[in-house]
Amino acid sequence: MKSNLHLWLIPILPLLGMAVNGFFGRRFSRQWVAAVALASCGGSFAMALNIAARVRGLALPHTEVLTTWIKAGGLNVGYAFYLDQLSLVMLLVVTGVGFLIHIYSIGYMWDEGGFYRFFAYLNLFMFFMLTLVLANNYLLMFVGWEGVGLASYLLIGFWFTKDSAAAAGKKAFIVNRIGDFGFLIALFLMFKYFGALRFDQVFLAVSDFRPETSAGLLTAIALLLMVGAAGKSAQIPLYVWLPDAMEGPTPVSALIHAATMVTAGVYMVARSHMIFERAPTALTVVAIVGTLTALFAATIGIAQTDIKKVLAYSTISQLGYMFLACGVAAFSAGIFHLMTHAFFKGLLFLGAGSVIHAVGGEQDMRRMGGLRYYAPWTFWTMTIATFAIAGIPPLAGFFSKDEILWKAYSSGHWVFWLVGIITAFITSFYMFRLWFLTFFGDYRGAAADHHGHIQADTHSHGEPHESPLVMVVPLVILAVLSFVGGWAGVHGRFENFLAPVFNEGRASLGLEAGSEVAPGRLELILTVASVAVGFLGLYLAYLLYVRRPQLPEKIAGSMGGFYAAVLNKYYVDELYAALFVKPLIDGSTRILWRGVDQEIIDAAVNESADGARHVSDNIRHMQSGNLRSYAGWVASGAAAVIVYMIWVGVR
Amino acid sequence: MVPLPYYLVLSGMLFACGVVGFLIKRNIITIFMSIELMLNGVNLSFVAFAAQWHALSGQVFVFFVMVVAAAEAAVGLAIIIAVYRTRETLNVDQVNLLKL
Repeated sequence: MKSNLHLWLIPILPLLGMAVNGFFGRRFSRQWVAAVALASCGGSFAMALNIAARVRGLALPHTEVLTTWIKAGGLNVGYAFYLDQLSLVMLLVVTGVGFLIHIYSIGYMWDEGGFYRFFAYLNLFMFFMLTLVLANNYLLMFVGWEGVGLASYLLIGFWFTKDSAAAAGKKAFIVNRIGDFGFLIALFLMFKYFGALRFDQVFLAVSDFRPETSAGLLTAIALLLMVGAAGKSAQIPLYVWLPDAMEGPTPVSALIHAATMVTAGVYMVARSHMIFERAPTALTVVAIVGTLTALFAATIGIAQTDIKKVLAYSTISQLGYMFLACGVAAFSAGIFHLMTHAFFKGLLFLGAGSVIHAVGGEQDMRRMGGLRYYAPWTFWTMTIATFAIAGIPPLAGFFSKDEILWKAYSSGHWVFWLVGIITAFITSFYMFRLWFLTFFGDYRGAAADHHGHIQADTHSHGEPHESPLVMVVPLVILAVLSFVGGWAGVHGRFENFLAPVFNEGRASLGLEAGSEVAPGRLELILTVASVAVGFLGLYLAYLLYVRRPQLPEKIAGSMGGFYAAVLNKYYVDELYAALFVKPLIDGSTRILWRGVDQEIIDAAVNESADGARHVSDNIRHMQSGNLRSYAGWVASGAAAVIVYMIWVGVR
Repeated sequence: MVPLPYYLVLSGMLFACGVVGFLIKRNIITIFMSIELMLNGVNLSFVAFAAQWHALSGQVFVFFVMVVAAAEAAVGLAIIIAVYRTRETLNVDQVNLLKL
């Protein structure tokens, strides 16, 4: 059945919302701004739901060509949308979580200046993210890719009067640019060798290739795509921008830097699975990068005291899991984790926002505590999210994480599995640490202390309080999703749903569709192990932060230099500053600015101006105002001409 | 018939007198007269060549020069009178406001 789905409406609606709020929002009341933003975003969500409801009757993949965008020579890039199971999942996650976070933001940002600006940016982000997800060619995807980077930059620097926020926005943008450079070169390579950028054309060209045993074209393209994905999805070595991005408002962290934008890299890798599957070297690199990032970021997360920083490193770590899944060619497991992660990490960030709201802008967990009495809804929803990310069954995180670990193990590289399960343990530990520090014990914060988070609270902060209903409702909905979201993966239903996307490449590779080791006793043992490490993390956190609160300091003291390294994020920022930033600034200052610009370009301009002035200084004395001297010049000039003519004549 | 070089030498001498007078005299009336002397020196060479080559164009040119000289004299004398009225001097060395 060929039907018109009007896919183009889905991204356009938020763009309209952005235009209305951006151009006229200043004159609107807050209620109107919120209504416009919610209506545009909710419209997209409703359309996505409608499509999802009709999915059985649709002929997927479904392509919708709006118009030709670029037509030059052999290049023909359409403004066209592409819907298959993969983009449908992304569509639902982006619009659904995005819609909930829009609702939440109304409560969270109500007292902030620039309310309309915030929602205009948020809608702009939705537009670009949906463009990215729905694009039917790499170039349009790249447009969305860059656009979400822009929206991210604008939203991180939302409180632009704060220096650290402006710097964080800049850092995110520049680091992302490095990744985009790789992505762009990959596009150039595709165009040069395949002559096309449309997904189906590229994949058709790729399907003629055999898997590359040594480095070749596909490996190069795949690795360059991975560079782009590492930038956008905050993987080693380009992850440094994400922790700093926490300077943005908390709903932004939830939407962009946890649930949607940062998963764009995973989506892109999964979308390009045809290329990656034929480049085993690149796949291994993806898996290694993902595994290392997962472990690395998780260890940093242990020592952070800022509640949002813990969640930021946790996000990096979980993204590492998704890349690990992609790296062992378990793309559907990666996308599955992407979805559940969007639920529980979005919830964690929104819960953290609610906590920060409750204690009046404090972000340091050492100054929280006992909040379960003050903010019970936040506490219970955060509890579900924490148990979900720790991998405790039957919550969402358990299913997706277990799926990834099983796939990592069955891929034959048990090292990936080992690092993955260690990371799962650390994840569980630092999440329960956050949980205990925030919600248990006694409240340690001073009342009415504003610090860190810029919030123009007018109401006094006598003691912590629960957030308004408009913030609690999204928390509850996300909590429900974090609880049941994982059940979609039971009996491989999620994998079967995505199978049409990921099997098309396998067939031509000679692998039978969805070739799987039969789940047997081994999988059960591994599952038990992963649940066990989840509870072990819970127990350890309980021991250290509830039973013996003095112990962590002692351990930290005995660790010495290693603890300092972890606390300072392994000095990676300092390393980058010394390796790249400082030489760049020095080189720009000394060579480009003082050398080239001042000594050569400026000097050339100044010297020629000086020369002209010098010459005219001398020449102007001819113009004495004395009539007879003018006459003399005329006469001598005439004489000179005559002498010249005579001389020419004689010769 | 007087040969051509005589006329040309006279013409050159008249012109040179004009130039020298223009350069060394300070009185603006004298300078003005020197200009007329130069013009007439040139006129003489024109008619001399016209007579030599039996071409009328030289004589036509002379008429043009005389007309222009007459117009110039009218304008020039008016300027001189205006200058004298405002500056009360005819010394060109004192009419030097246009210098830097």
